[in-house]
Amino acid sequence: MKIYKSKILANVRLKKNIFLMQVSIEINNCTFIPGQFFNIKVADGNYPFLRRPFSICDYTNGILTFMFDVNGEGTHILSAKKSGQELNLLGPLGNGFNIEGNYENAVFIGGGIGVAPFPYLTRKMGKNKNIISFIGGRSSGDLISYNLDNVIQATDDGSIGFKGNVVECFIDYAKNNLLKNYRIFACGPTPMLKAVRELAEVNNIECQISTESSMACGFGLCQGCAIEKADNNGYLLICKDGPVFNSDEVLL
Amino acid sequence: MNDIDLSINIGNLKLKNPILLASGTVGYGNEISEFIDLSKIGAIVTKSISLKPRKGNPPSRITETSSGMLNAIGLANVGLDKFVDEKIPFLEKLDSTIICNIAASSVDEYSQCVEQLNSQSAIKAFEINVSCPNVKDGGLVFGNDVSWVGKITNAVRGKTDKPIIIKLSPNNSKISDFAEVAKKEGADAVSAINTLVGTAFNIWTRKPKIKNITGGLSGPAIKPVALAKVLEISRNVEIPIIGIGGISKWQDAIEFMIAGSSAFQIGTANFINPYISIEILQNLITYCENMSIKNISELTASYNLS
Repeated sequence: MKIYKSKILANVRLKKNIFLMQVSIEINNCTFIPGQFFNIKVADGNYPFLRRPFSICDYTNGILTFMFDVNGEGTHILSAKKSGQELNLLGPLGNGFNIEGNYENAVFIGGGIGVAPFPYLTRKMGKNKNIISFIGGRSSGDLISYNLDNVIQATDDGSIGFKGNVVECFIDYAKNNLLKNYRIFACGPTPMLKAVRELAEVNNIECQISTESSMACGFGLCQGCAIEKADNNGYLLICKDGPVFNSDEVLL
Repeated sequence: MNDIDLSINIGNLKLKNPILLASGTVGYGNEISEFIDLSKIGAIVTKSISLKPRKGNPPSRITETSSGMLNAIGLANVGLDKFVDEKIPFLEKLDSTIICNIAASSVDEYSQCVEQLNSQSAIKAFEINVSCPNVKDGGLVFGNDVSWVGKITNAVRGKTDKPIIIKLSPNNSKISDFAEVAKKEGADAVSAINTLVGTAFNIWTRKPKIKNITGGLSGPAIKPVALAKVLEISRNVEIPIIGIGGISKWQDAIEFMIAGSSAFQIGTANFINPYISIEILQNLITYCENMSIKNISELTASYNLS
């Protein structure tokens, strides 16, 4: 991990409030793992004061992509950045998804902007696994299928795909297709992660979840991003012990 | 540039320069050492150690504010035994000066911590946290009461010959009274200030943004308050001051020294730029060159109030 001053190559609106930003980055002897993140200083000076954490959306040939949803001051400032400007990035940070193992099917479950780490996860999985990408949102306009393979859609209003939430959609699919030998990779809002966690626990499924929290530093100094251990015996740090956890490690 | 003497003294503790990394902002040194060479820093102050491990407060523990942040970590730490077994061996290898910060819920616990850690040669001084605003027991109760600060200082003084620094709370009416009692009971220095009690609400849920309801405000937002407290102590009490509160650039550090600090601590700024202390060090040297300052200690309390 280090601070990079990277040049913005592109910053485009993907749909609604969802943006994709690409920056050039020179990484020497450093590899990125899907699920890791960068802590970004969106403006110089003291306002906004803290960095903002964003997961690696994709990385290839020296180009790093972030996906973000404009819903606060930090992301608003980020959305106004132009290509050619410099971006101050600290990373890569945290522990990413573990893709090693003998499972056959890689099940991605993403709610809303929770799909952000999946393009890079898809790229790193390559052809070794059969990927099924379940994505969910309120309505068809909220679904983000950017650079995902084998996408199955769920909407709360039924405007496209399965009517219901993304976890229900997955359960329905798994039952109808007698899905076996799979591992779940999930990222999304806490209620979604809770549902996935419970599903994995009841059915004894391997499951990794990517969590989020307010944080200051992103690498273990501030201790701000605590998440409760599953054994009720204290806390782990989302930035350093996560953000990806096996679903049985933590309480949500 | 090497003819500038950056070293400073706090009691019988000599530091190679006045830059300290503040307790609770650099853990036990291992994460920040991936960014900077800690042997170049005057001293690092460890995260508060208590006699027994503390798991800390439930989330959410922090929130951003204008030019600052609120935290209520709750003194999460590994406890004294694990600190000695697992953290000190790493700290010993750093070639930096280690100041051990102690937090406790009773005078006896402060005293026991210092007694048990005194034989650790890696620890060159103790900073006594009498002012954590985020724990239910001790903390602010001590930091707000002159007689408690006196009792704690007296108790730890009896357990060590190493320098003792009392970390003072700004959450009281007259900080110089606290510095005075610390001096009277044998402290070698005071550090000022700890965080200011603050809160923030989510206007949609009407709930506090941090679970503990209140937290400690840090960052550039508190710098003017901290400077005024340092100046107050400097004008009223003869005791070395380690200034702390919102330093985020080299000019801030110089201001703290002018206002009365012999040394200063960098805290929250480490979260945003972990290289900041080294950057400040380089700029301190340039400032001294430009101002023809031979010994950086000349800056301490060099204010011109006329």
